[in-house]
Amino acid sequence: MGEASKISRYLYTVIVLFLIWLFLTASLDPQELGFGLLLSLIVGAFTYEIFTTNGLANLSPKRIAYAIAYIPYFLWAMIMANLDVAYRVLHPKRPINPGIVECRTVLKSDVGKLSLANSITLTPGTITLDVDGDRYFIHWIDVKDSSVEGASKNITEPFEKFLRVIFG
Amino acid sequence: MNALTAVGEILVLLGTFFYILSSLGLIRMPDVYNRMQTATKSATLGSLGVIIGVGIWALGTDFGSAAWLTKTIVIAVFLLLTNPISAHALIRAAYKSGIPLWEGSVVDRYREHLEAKEKEAGSPKNPDETPIKEGGVE
Repeated sequence: MGEASKISRYLYTVIVLFLIWLFLTASLDPQELGFGLLLSLIVGAFTYEIFTTNGLANLSPKRIAYAIAYIPYFLWAMIMANLDVAYRVLHPKRPINPGIVECRTVLKSDVGKLSLANSITLTPGTITLDVDGDRYFIHWIDVKDSSVEGASKNITEPFEKFLRVIFG
Repeated sequence: MNALTAVGEILVLLGTFFYILSSLGLIRMPDVYNRMQTATKSATLGSLGVIIGVGIWALGTDFGSAAWLTKTIVIAVFLLLTNPISAHALIRAAYKSGIPLWEGSVVDRYREHLEAKEKEAGSPKNPDETPIKEGGVE
């Protein structure tokens, strides 16, 4: 993945930092806004090199739309995960069937792999043990299919259709 | 305004329920990996419920303001991003320090992967290559 120009990466970092500042202060007073902008500019200058490689390209409308659509999808998967955990914990027989399976991913960027790993950890019965290139090693609490393809279909593919657009 | 208070209270209640579930999972599960499963998921959703619930609850009371909700959202997003990473680090460290899987476990592809890698790193004829490869693995 090619890198964006320094200006674009710097601006993107400043925008993200300023948004966090806005949420933390929750005030539209010009003094607060001005100081927050100043601080974002300073902190952005130090950190933009490690923060992003895509720069402003991250803010394309298509990516933002997919990111917004991803939030309820992810929250729903998370609630289902917790009901699943509730069932396994409260059921007297403790119906677990654990194991470590291997999955493949089609995602290329590091941020995409990180968010896929995070999503896997928070959704039904799976937790990421290690990532090596495009191979994920996942501890699955209820192994239905131990082959690589089957596990990928069950675990990674539901998220990839979103994350492939968001992070490339 | 009372509806907001009610929604906040229900969210906090749900959150504490998932907290209890998470600690119950720590007792009932057989090994560290399965315990990590219940602890991570339930504790994360429980925290989300409690934190966002407090933010919404504050909107409905007369001393609260929207500043509560925005701050709690920042905290919730922070938790959502960092909790799975800490879980991943813990479970990986547990595996690397040699804690065995539960005896009822079905497959262990990670062990096969590590063994294949070890064989690949140990076999090359040129001895100069081995340390570089091992350095690349971890």
